[in-house]
Amino acid sequence: MADAANYKAIGTRPIRPDGIEKVTGRANFGADLNLPDMLHGKVLRSPHAHARIKRIDLSKALAVDGVYAAVSSADFPQEVTSSLSINILARDKALYHGHAIAAVAARTPRIAEEAIELIEVEYEVLAPVLSLDEAMQENATLVNEHLRTNDEESAPPSNIASTQKFERGDVQKGFDEADVIVEEAFRVPSAHQGYIEPHACVATSNPGGRVTIWCTTQGPFEVRSATAGVLAKTVSDIKVIPSEIGGGFGGKTVVYLEPVAVRLSELTGKPVKMVMNREEVFRATGPASATLCKIKVGATKDGRITAAQAWLAYEAGAFPGSPVGPGAMSVFAPYDLENFLVEGYDVLVNKPKVAAYRAPGAPQSMHAMECAIDELAQRLDMDPIDLRLKNAAKEGTVAPYGPKFPPIGLVKCLEAAKRHPNYATKPEEGVGRGVAVGFWFNIGMQSSAEVCVAEDGAVSIMEGSPDIGGSRASMCLMAAETLGVPYETINAHVGDTESTGFCNLTGGSRTTFATGLAVVKACEDVIAQCKARAALTWELDVDQVEWQDGRAVPKPGVNIDVDPLSLAEIAKTMSRTGGPLLGRASLNAQGAGACFSVNWTDVIIDRETGKVDVKAFTAVQDAGRAIHPAYVEGQMQGGAVQGLGWALNEEYIYDGNGVVENASFLDYRVPVASDMPMIDCEIIEVPNPSHPYGVRGVGETPIVAPLAATSNAVRDVLGFRINDLPLSPPNVLAAIDAAE
Amino acid sequence: MTKIYVSTIVNGRPEDVLCEAHQSLLDLLRDEIGLTGTKEGCGTGDCGACTVLLDDRLVCSCLVLAPEAHGKEITTVEGIADSQDGLHVVQQKLLEHAALQCGVCTPGFVVAAKALLDKHSDPDEETIRYWLAGNLCRCTGYDKIIRAVQDAAQELATTK
Repeated sequence: MADAANYKAIGTRPIRPDGIEKVTGRANFGADLNLPDMLHGKVLRSPHAHARIKRIDLSKALAVDGVYAAVSSADFPQEVTSSLSINILARDKALYHGHAIAAVAARTPRIAEEAIELIEVEYEVLAPVLSLDEAMQENATLVNEHLRTNDEESAPPSNIASTQKFERGDVQKGFDEADVIVEEAFRVPSAHQGYIEPHACVATSNPGGRVTIWCTTQGPFEVRSATAGVLAKTVSDIKVIPSEIGGGFGGKTVVYLEPVAVRLSELTGKPVKMVMNREEVFRATGPASATLCKIKVGATKDGRITAAQAWLAYEAGAFPGSPVGPGAMSVFAPYDLENFLVEGYDVLVNKPKVAAYRAPGAPQSMHAMECAIDELAQRLDMDPIDLRLKNAAKEGTVAPYGPKFPPIGLVKCLEAAKRHPNYATKPEEGVGRGVAVGFWFNIGMQSSAEVCVAEDGAVSIMEGSPDIGGSRASMCLMAAETLGVPYETINAHVGDTESTGFCNLTGGSRTTFATGLAVVKACEDVIAQCKARAALTWELDVDQVEWQDGRAVPKPGVNIDVDPLSLAEIAKTMSRTGGPLLGRASLNAQGAGACFSVNWTDVIIDRETGKVDVKAFTAVQDAGRAIHPAYVEGQMQGGAVQGLGWALNEEYIYDGNGVVENASFLDYRVPVASDMPMIDCEIIEVPNPSHPYGVRGVGETPIVAPLAATSNAVRDVLGFRINDLPLSPPNVLAAIDAAE
Repeated sequence: MTKIYVSTIVNGRPEDVLCEAHQSLLDLLRDEIGLTGTKEGCGTGDCGACTVLLDDRLVCSCLVLAPEAHGKEITTVEGIADSQDGLHVVQQKLLEHAALQCGVCTPGFVVAAKALLDKHSDPDEETIRYWLAGNLCRCTGYDKIIRAVQDAAQELATTK
């Protein structure tokens, strides 16, 4: 691995290749495509959180002028019984308020909206299950009467879809050795990913059964397989063309509209466009789990943690599949623990099926642990960073979730935080400070890339990872570094499912790591071809040629007097030396390096209103190697503000019938510019040995630490802890009143 | 349904459209004229992705009925860059500061920030934050957007 100081492209901050399109309004997002003769689809949604569907009559909707088709789940393959397929259109029961019941396709969106109101649905309203406490009771109303915990046939039906447990050492012995024990329970509410672009797609089908879908998604190949699954088609029947994506954060890893649009297109023979409105996005697409996390942690007087125990319950929504697994695996990840025990519960409730949200599962469980650690620091009268340094995981530590950590950056982040001027400066009177650590595993998975060289030497990269935050720029930078050519001569393109090799979705902070790895390897393939072309030109053996600063040169000691051949020069004559230069690579990337962060924030509280104001926020994070540091900072800053929103304000508010009362951006208030300070960043670089440039994923870790950092800062102001989020004005005011 | 005749100037050029009474200015721009740079994020005036200038007033085009635009001048993101001189300084600075990630809120920010700089030549951070408080961005945490607008203001001041 080259020394960072020697890099020419990596670590610079050029303008992204797709930038001009995006600042001038030219870039096409999900809702921007219109096709000739296109129809518009709209979905009828359940007005009940839990109800048996006795009858659906589409006839009045079908009779409307301008309506071309109407469907319910009866129009879909009944043998497919996946959660996904039942979430897309309800079968025997409506499982949450907003669950899709039926859909129509009409000439205009207006006609479609009017027509769905004419669909007659007979419901038998059932009592909804709306909280973890209620759902986990022994005689609870059942969301799914056929569900048994861990699929155990002998067990009675339950709302607990699965349980998990893992442990090391002897927690009882560990707690016996502790001088101080903290034991607390923490609740985190459901929060929505809040991408600004609603879900949207256009689908066409032809009489031969071929389907084309344009949509906004984090993973066109996953849309292809999910849609094929719901419609009992094969993946090769379906082509998915990703639009630009207006935010996802995990929420655009699943499908909602696409199979319905395809079915409507099959029935009408016309393209069908479907676009959700914001209310539908809130009511029917993936929020993050609401959770109850109980933590017990013990330490000796000198701050050595002797045991830690976690009990985690995560709302899954109406179908199994909360991220309690990663929540359980991450809860103790920052610490080197001899004794621990983690139990996790995946719990069904009559709410929308949760979806991934940036480091899915970790913000909730780590909020609990990082609050408990802060409480421990208070009782031990230790600096919270010193306490963490004393127990920090490092290279060689066996992670609570199994593997031995390769080089990781937690200690370096903690040390950098400790000496950061923002930390060294003590907060003023009335200002509280809170510290927390963040973590995410990161993933590798499958990626493909092709690198084509045009006859003028310009390079174009074709890959399959939707660019959700500047990844085209990082692909171009890694290609520029590898090939040794200027960044400006390279462009990167996101292909569709038939123009690029298979690529897993943009998620798990994998794109710059795994797709980047494929791009680097495809560039190395181009270099090998260039060396062969130069060898042919110079009548040398290929092993007598090397690649240096973007040019083929004879190796030292090879006795030949020739001018180096640049990539552009080789490209100019490529028709005579073997044809087009085209490098490619496909891989299943291993060794995504774990990413740690340390965040702290300074807050003040208005004791009359309970409003918490964030005065300062600093994020320190290990990026492995920051390919485009400005976009790494962007991930850190964006994640910080999402985490602050979750800590301070964001929550799903349900009435007693399971109706979300705040399904709009007015009432579900995400942070706005005037709520936030600048977010200071320091990037730490502990290179990941599994990537040629040392890249770690950086996208998800940033949302994890802000929740506890904020809680800990509020505790610092008030002198007592509010365990549950959000720390919204009414909740903080109530806590202050109760304390007085 | 009877259509309503709406005559407007969009980005300096006359656009005459027949629209329905319920259609919004956003629908008129996107669906009737084909200017899809203006985005719909909420349809209720809460996110600012559909921000345009209506006779130099900053509005959420999803909250304006299309017939209300009759006889008025509209500037959208497509009309901000000068075809002769290229990008507006706000657009250029957003790019230089990496102040967009997904980019879907960017058109609204471009229009709002330009309107800010047309009215305030030397806005402080707080002024910028309050001026842009009607535009939601879920990706950036606003930091780089604020810095880009500060930089744009500075550049405008030095080139005047």
